Amino acid sequence: MTVMAQASSNRWQHYYTPATVEEAVEILQRYDGEARVVGGGTDLLVETRRGLHKPVSAMVDVTHIDGLGEIAVEDDYIVIGCGVTHSQIVRNPHIIEQGSCLAESCGVIGGPQVRNVGTLAGNVAHALPAGDGTIGLLALGGEIEVAGVDGARWMPLQESFKGPGKSFIDRYRQVLTRLRFRPTGPGEGSAHHRVMRPQGLCLPIISMGVRVALDADNVIGDARISMGPVGPVPHLAEPAMDVLIGKPATAGQYAKAAAVALQNVELRASKYRATREYREQMVRTFLPAILERAVERARQGLS
Amino acid sequence: MSALRMTLNGRPVEVEVHEARYLSEVLRGELGLKGTKIGCNEAECGICTVLVNGTPVSSCVFPAYKAQGANVETIEGLSADGGLHPLQQAFLDQGAVQCGICTPGMIMTAKALIDDKGAALTEDEIRTALKDTYCRCTGYGSIVRAILQAARGESRDDSGRASASSPVGQPLPNPNARAKIDGTARFTDDYEFPGMLYARTKRAGVPHARILAIDTAAARELPGVQAVLTHEDVPGHNRHGLVIDDWPVLCDDKVRYAGDAVAIVAADSEEIAAAAIDLVKVEYEDLPVVGDALRAAEPGAPLVHDGRSDGNLLKHIKVDKGDVEAGFADADVVIDRSYRTQSAEHLFLEPECSIGIPAGFDPGEFGGQVDDDAVRGETARHAKTTIYVGSQIPYQDRDQAAAALGVEPDAVRIVATLTGGGFGGKEDITGQIHVALLAEKTGRPVKMLYSRQESLLVHPKRHPTVIRTRVGARNDGTLTAVQATLYGDAGAYASLSEKVLTRATTHAAGPYEAPNVKIDCFAMYTNNVPSGAFRGFGVTQSCFAIESTMDILAAELDIDPVELRHRNALDIGRTTSTGQALRESAGLRECIDKVASDMRGDDFRWTWDEGDRRFAWGVAVAYKNTGLGGGAPDRATAEIEVWRGDETHAEVRISSAEMGQNLPGVLAACAAEELGVPVRNVRVLLGDTDVCPDGGPTTASRQSFVSGNAVRMAAQKAAADQAEHVLVRYDYEAPQTRPLGAGGDMHFAFSFGAQAALVEVDMTTGEVHVRKVIAAHDIGRALNPLTLRGQIEGGIVMALGYTLTEHYIQEDGKPWTNLMARYKMPSIEHAPEIVSHVVEHPVAAGPYGAKGAGELPSIPTSAAITNAICRATGVRVHSLPVDQDELLRACAAGVDTIELGWGDLEPIPQVALGGRT
Repeated sequence: MTVMAQASSNRWQHYYTPATVEEAVEILQRYDGEARVVGGGTDLLVETRRGLHKPVSAMVDVTHIDGLGEIAVEDDYIVIGCGVTHSQIVRNPHIIEQGSCLAESCGVIGGPQVRNVGTLAGNVAHALPAGDGTIGLLALGGEIEVAGVDGARWMPLQESFKGPGKSFIDRYRQVLTRLRFRPTGPGEGSAHHRVMRPQGLCLPIISMGVRVALDADNVIGDARISMGPVGPVPHLAEPAMDVLIGKPATAGQYAKAAAVALQNVELRASKYRATREYREQMVRTFLPAILERAVERARQGLS
Repeated sequence: MSALRMTLNGRPVEVEVHEARYLSEVLRGELGLKGTKIGCNEAECGICTVLVNGTPVSSCVFPAYKAQGANVETIEGLSADGGLHPLQQAFLDQGAVQCGICTPGMIMTAKALIDDKGAALTEDEIRTALKDTYCRCTGYGSIVRAILQAARGESRDDSGRASASSPVGQPLPNPNARAKIDGTARFTDDYEFPGMLYARTKRAGVPHARILAIDTAAARELPGVQAVLTHEDVPGHNRHGLVIDDWPVLCDDKVRYAGDAVAIVAADSEEIAAAAIDLVKVEYEDLPVVGDALRAAEPGAPLVHDGRSDGNLLKHIKVDKGDVEAGFADADVVIDRSYRTQSAEHLFLEPECSIGIPAGFDPGEFGGQVDDDAVRGETARHAKTTIYVGSQIPYQDRDQAAAALGVEPDAVRIVATLTGGGFGGKEDITGQIHVALLAEKTGRPVKMLYSRQESLLVHPKRHPTVIRTRVGARNDGTLTAVQATLYGDAGAYASLSEKVLTRATTHAAGPYEAPNVKIDCFAMYTNNVPSGAFRGFGVTQSCFAIESTMDILAAELDIDPVELRHRNALDIGRTTSTGQALRESAGLRECIDKVASDMRGDDFRWTWDEGDRRFAWGVAVAYKNTGLGGGAPDRATAEIEVWRGDETHAEVRISSAEMGQNLPGVLAACAAEELGVPVRNVRVLLGDTDVCPDGGPTTASRQSFVSGNAVRMAAQKAAADQAEHVLVRYDYEAPQTRPLGAGGDMHFAFSFGAQAALVEVDMTTGEVHVRKVIAAHDIGRALNPLTLRGQIEGGIVMALGYTLTEHYIQEDGKPWTNLMARYKMPSIEHAPEIVSHVVEHPVAAGPYGAKGAGELPSIPTSAAITNAICRATGVRVHSLPVDQDELLRACAAGVDTIELGWGDLEPIPQVALGGRT
């Protein structure tokens, strides 16, 4: 054997693959801030290789935890374990049917190799302003379960975002163990769309998800709209949602929602990605389009 | 350290490895499975793909311990029993293997897909699954055909072809392909010499600064560091360069671009070398930065190279024919437009790697095996300073390294390893001299592998240009005058700028006969990364300008753009801009006719809508010289050794580079044809400067012609001698050419081509997709149709990237494009359907009539695409690459031109015709 490369300074000493949440939390506690959670690692490890994170002594890989590598259909929720990859979500018939916008949003993340390894939990914990999976789950009204020394608790997804790339989940002490959402039932539908460019960094120009509930009279009973990047954190477009609720599901109403969504956010130009005008145009074009698609799905459930 | 257990290619393995290691490192390192290649370490390129529990993953960012207990499959497992997997056979059959660096990852990605989908696999599913597994050579067409063949269990019996008595013109697979499909092919980084050290380079990091002090003390003291060298340690000439020796081996007085080398380190491991580099402290005095060619030309601009009488002007290149002012006076219509092209990166998927071996190296001294019969490789003794490298110009590597070492050229030997893509980007020196210096200093083999990020920073790119083109014509479309003024950004060092921009200049009037031509080109030094050779060699840029202008002219005159081109096309009896009267082999009009008749078909429309998508066709033509030309002697020497027994066998030896273009196959076919033996009886040895005579640089689409002729003629002489053992050495010199400005034959052959692109523009987003390209190329004679198809499809897709996705962005000398994640080459999803017509107008002096084919297919594509975009949207693109944001907003605002390509921050600068602003 020739002289082989030793671990470089910005790497870890130990790589743990705990089989239980308790074990994972115990390791994190033992390392007291010197260990961090890793899921698929498709973002984290690329960034670590570039030296963008402070080196830690240990990585705690939470994708091998028993029972958390699966998608479970429970009474009120579809529950996704922290080891579930984007590829699993994209192929899951329950999510395709009852959480369409999540299947669509996870389906546009990275390429196949990234989707085969990257997890939705990792996407959410990374807290990018426009992580596609996160945008999809946010539209569905997703919740996340966070486990730490004091046990586990569920919280609404949107309460986890602190800033661009910053989450209230402490990745050195807590594990995002499960994610869940109420599946869309009869009269409900969801959809996602993302606009990209073929040059430069693979970051969305705009990523949007919607969930709607429709009654038999073609009136929108409930609506959720998620968007990014429109600010430091994934955005829930509440004024635009209010425009839709209680109103008929028509093209005119969708356009109004898009206009209101634009009035209430400060879209920005980002160098080498998009001008503000282009971003606005994409919202005007595709927010109505996905509302239409979600409503169409809701109608199919009604018929 | 702890135990990693997994099932690897069906067998249980247990290996002690550090827990911080990635799967790719463990496979290639501890487990010695070098078939898995590393392209970027960013999970971008996909060539490191292996299967974990049947699923493709990028092994470069997959922690090894994540695979604990998993079932891992690599390329080595596919043919473990000696037979080929159907995918491997199909890759051979379809010519889906070119340079081969992506092949293992490509095959593994495809294997998972076929295991999943079986015979029902569709082309769409292939495109989805292979989206992030990149190939820079093939253009993906052959890969799709191979995967479909394997999925459907089809087979192709080509065994007869290999034994055919006339192999020239047969679609034979590349003789190297067999090793490339099973993971045994060795690229430079796959060599591990006993006692080997690992080297890194201290880069300037600043674009322009005076060096005040270099402190290497702390680096030298780091345990495991064996040598730290600066300019003071270069024993010979501290400059290199292919045309002008202005590029420091290690910078002394100042640094001129961010990628400049200031110090080099050899250490016991890569990590120690990297740590040592951080300990080298360089004190700089920052100097003002020259950020682009036009700023470089301004009076009073800071000087990149001090003491030059021409300031930053590297070369003013001129073409003059007739009287352009009289020509414009004679014109009914004059079109005057400006264009800009961007810097582009070759993105060969194998980053640069060199290994230096000290003179007198004995592997036994370092505990290695010694094979007394081995001529090269890990078990061989090495008498001379030897450099293992996948380079395009082995002999010039040798001469430049010898000069830096202060020894005679003969004291240095270059052994060419397989090259994982070059495209012009591996002509200049990168690590070759550094490893030789470090090997001689330490007395040990030294490997220097560039990271992808370092590769992006350091090696020469395609020249960014600003081109103003003025064209005059009569109402019937006849050209009366063409004038153009070009500014080319040569970057910090000369590299091949003079040659490249000469080609841009001489081809700037397009493949047309114009009676009056005046072209001025200013090659300017700047503090950007040097610009050098890149497939198309300057013609890509000027073709975009003239072929855009020709479409504008056609519209202005209301003449069919195909007809306008046909009318003015070069042909036998017509004269080029440099005064070369064409006497033979000018098939441009046939190319135009073939493309036009295919495109027009039934129900032809130039443009139509389908919902929000608008479709349109665009056409462009091009020509490209074969060989060096311009009066430079263009030689190749080949050696052939023939043994006659029950069967006749031969070995061809010539130092020319194989980058996946199948040079060994072409040369073997030439030799076999002349000797009358099956091609499998001919072995081709390329690129060992101690054994193989000089085939000249692998550039300018010259190898088939020049080296092909050398081999053909050597083989003819050998065939005439019926002795049992014959050794023939043949010095071939291509027909003489004349310098630019002297009139007459500047080149001994030109290849011609026409392409039509069908684009789809999504009018809701401005996104552009190329759906189909119809191409016809006159390359004299197709020596190997399988190889030729690969060159054509690969060239077109590469040019599609140049047009739509690629821009190496520098901001005042600082590269924004510092990651592969920031530079997108076309993926399989971008690859259009390509219909290729081969037009054969043989050139008498060429081998069996052949002329160059390597570059031409990537030249007309850009203008064909932007001409189609203009027809679809009414918006003329003046700056590459096309920006969907700009395009959509122009459409919405009713503006008919866009001056900003993606990555451009300022409009195209105004250039005065004839020179200087």
